[in-house]
Amino acid sequence: MFKPFMPDLTAADVTPQSMWMNRRQLLAGGAAALAAGSIARPAQAEALAPNTLEEITSYNNFYEFGTGKSDPAKFAHMLTTSPWEIEINGMVDNPGTYPLQELIGGMDIEERIYRFRCVEAWSMVIPWNGFELNKVLEKVGVQAGAKYVAFETLVRPDEMPGQRGFRSNIEWPYREGLRLDEAMHPLTMMATGIYGEPMANQNGAPIRLVVPWKYGFKSIKSIVRISLVDQEPPTTWNMLQSSEYGFYSNVNPQVDHPRWSQASERVIGGGLFQQRKDTLMFNGYEEQVASLYDGMDLREFF
Amino acid sequence: MNQIQTIGHRVSGGVRKVPTWPVYLLGLLPPVWLLYQGITGGLGVDPVKVMEHQLGLWALQLLLAGLCITPLMRFARLNLLKFRRAVGVLAFLYILFHLVVWLVLDIQLRWNEIWADIVKRPYITVGMAAFVLAMPLAATSWNGAVRRLGAATWGKLHQLTYVIVLLGAVHFIMQEKVWTIESLLYLGMAIGLIGLRLPKMLGRFRARSDQKLTPG
Repeated sequence: MFKPFMPDLTAADVTPQSMWMNRRQLLAGGAAALAAGSIARPAQAEALAPNTLEEITSYNNFYEFGTGKSDPAKFAHMLTTSPWEIEINGMVDNPGTYPLQELIGGMDIEERIYRFRCVEAWSMVIPWNGFELNKVLEKVGVQAGAKYVAFETLVRPDEMPGQRGFRSNIEWPYREGLRLDEAMHPLTMMATGIYGEPMANQNGAPIRLVVPWKYGFKSIKSIVRISLVDQEPPTTWNMLQSSEYGFYSNVNPQVDHPRWSQASERVIGGGLFQQRKDTLMFNGYEEQVASLYDGMDLREFF
Repeated sequence: MNQIQTIGHRVSGGVRKVPTWPVYLLGLLPPVWLLYQGITGGLGVDPVKVMEHQLGLWALQLLLAGLCITPLMRFARLNLLKFRRAVGVLAFLYILFHLVVWLVLDIQLRWNEIWADIVKRPYITVGMAAFVLAMPLAATSWNGAVRRLGAATWGKLHQLTYVIVLLGAVHFIMQEKVWTIESLLYLGMAIGLIGLRLPKMLGRFRARSDQKLTPG
């Protein structure tokens, strides 16, 4: 039998690729609860099969490489991910520009199998490797007044064709943000790999955010800047179309995107006749994260 | 006649001998090929979306191709008029396939969501409107219909094509999350091809209103 996910797994414990290719069935609900430090029992023991690495690496939204789903797989090989530095600034005790290795050195790399729900109403299940974002924040020391965390993706038109000329009306860099309590939540992770392999460029190498209860675009890729701030930071999709993409963008089947329903999702990987599935509140992580939004009208703060 | 027109004229002579049925046959091959690719895994990890988008894009391209036939005749002396109906009927079929893929494979007959989408989502409303407007055109695409309606009425009815193409191009732009050059180009082409007809249409309109103003 396959060993269920444990929070103390390290990179060395990750199942070799050959072993999970065809048979892996995991209790993702249970994994999430364990990941959250067992703060809650799994809402439902739902068997989730992760998508294959090929699916995960061939179907991406990463507009820095083009607006098509296959553009990132086609063009992201141009990206240089080493050396890589992340500037951490704002309301922190130890601001500075950290080489990636210095920042993530000493972190235990865990494997976490999360549902991934795109705002475009499709979904995958992805076995990420990484660590909790709060460990990075602890390392740099968050100051008392900080209320939000802002993130930026690399801007390098030489290596990112989507950033050259007019390819879309996005104003680079790609920006995302979280409230500090969301950022500190044990489900929120910084991922450096998938399936025990180093993160593929098209998935946001060398390091990206993963916030499993929010629409995928919140999980910003190829991060070069993290800022602790006291105001809600501007975020790319919200800047483009604030009526369609809110700052929170929590997965919520009851609050539709103005242009399409969010009630259900197309499951990627089952071929032409794969059955559609009902979207879960907070993408199935309701027990772990709903309390973050107590007293908030989620229709207003969508 | 300039050089292009000479060539156009000569090609028209050759084309005249080609029957129209092969156009229907060839035109139906791409959707069949797409379905085959979808079933056998040739369309990547999200075959439903690929089929849906590809059929919609082909439908828009066929609609634009149909709008090119008259200008080709006027400016290049290339006579493809006998194929215009085939192009139009194929465009309708592609729109229909596009709709069926959405209903059956994508949203999977979840009628509550479908109805909500049609009523509440402007881009789906626009696409649906284009389909509904295309239905009477498809239904009158046979010789008997032209006879029964009379050529003038039939022609007026089929001017709905202009509206359908514009709605299709707008539908394409609206479903995208950002502005892209590709989608804007399609709308530009639609406006351009309809614009070519404007002087004539305005002339006819003016002639008609002049008639009305002239006392008997």
